[in-house]
Amino acid sequence: MQLKINGQNREFDHQLSISGLLQQLQLAPERVVIELNTKILTAEAHETLLNDGDTLEIIQFVGGG
Amino acid sequence: MRIYLNEQPIEVPADISLFDLRQQRRPDADLLIINGHPAKQDQPLQEDDRVVLIQRGQQPRPDELDALLRARHTPGVHDKIKQSCVGIAGVGGLGSAIAVALTRIGIGKLVIVDYDLVEPSNLNRQQYFIDQIGLPKVTALQENLQRINPGVEIEAHQVKVTPDNICELFGQVDVLAEAFDAAEEKAMLTGNFLSKIADKPLVAGSGMAGYEPSNSIQTERLSDRLILCGDGTTAAEPGRGLMAPRVGIAAHHQANAILRLLLGEKPE
Repeated sequence: MQLKINGQNREFDHQLSISGLLQQLQLAPERVVIELNTKILTAEAHETLLNDGDTLEIIQFVGGG
Repeated sequence: MRIYLNEQPIEVPADISLFDLRQQRRPDADLLIINGHPAKQDQPLQEDDRVVLIQRGQQPRPDELDALLRARHTPGVHDKIKQSCVGIAGVGGLGSAIAVALTRIGIGKLVIVDYDLVEPSNLNRQQYFIDQIGLPKVTALQENLQRINPGVEIEAHQVKVTPDNICELFGQVDVLAEAFDAAEEKAMLTGNFLSKIADKPLVAGSGMAGYEPSNSIQTERLSDRLILCGDGTTAAEPGRGLMAPRVGIAAHHQANAILRLLLGEKPE
């Protein structure tokens, strides 16, 4: 499965959910916001299965304010 | 001839003096400032002189303050700012500074939300005073903002923001400032606001701890509705605390991005 993540094409062996992808990328799911094909998702949508050709923006937050 | 009195253009006779003007317009004024300099003695006025007459201890009326801002910002800009409502989620280092900046430019309304109290350690960067320790932050901030510009409408909520109350708290705002401390809260607010509220932008802050270079803090437009301010990486952690200068830089990136959105500009 090919995904475009933050502008870069990435190849994955099998179909992943968003949480599976975040695990693979070693990103903390509660600290990111995902935009899937230009639609911003809430955390409840992280079990959504991704499809070949999907475009994702992963916005990572760090603490402080 | 035309001069400016307290920022407003007025027509006066060509032979008028400073003291004549005071006598006619504000006889109780005890501070006379001409072209930026305090004047002790009477002097003739000239075309385009800028005169400010102040009575010490006397505050400008709301309409006078409004006229001052209108003159400073130009009427078109002032009217847009004055008609705008901005939400601020979290009023710590980022949110309190954003609120002060927007109040100074005469924003119409602010919706400020925070469940926290002012703690001594907050004073290294947050816009509170030592005699406000222990007060709810939203109460203390409301007091401070009203001392800056009482014409700004403040809606204050001392509650924790959750996915369930975001629409109720921030459904009316034109722009929302994400100004939380924890990364998890930042992500929760951003995801929920952008997916649940159809068409309003959010300006978030991420990465402003320590004393790394000022210029590493940037404003980045990730989409039409999501603007991110900060360096994106420097988290607050032991040995790299949050400090007024850099948090202030990020907060003012956010405030300026909000202003640009309100005025129809695309931030960066």
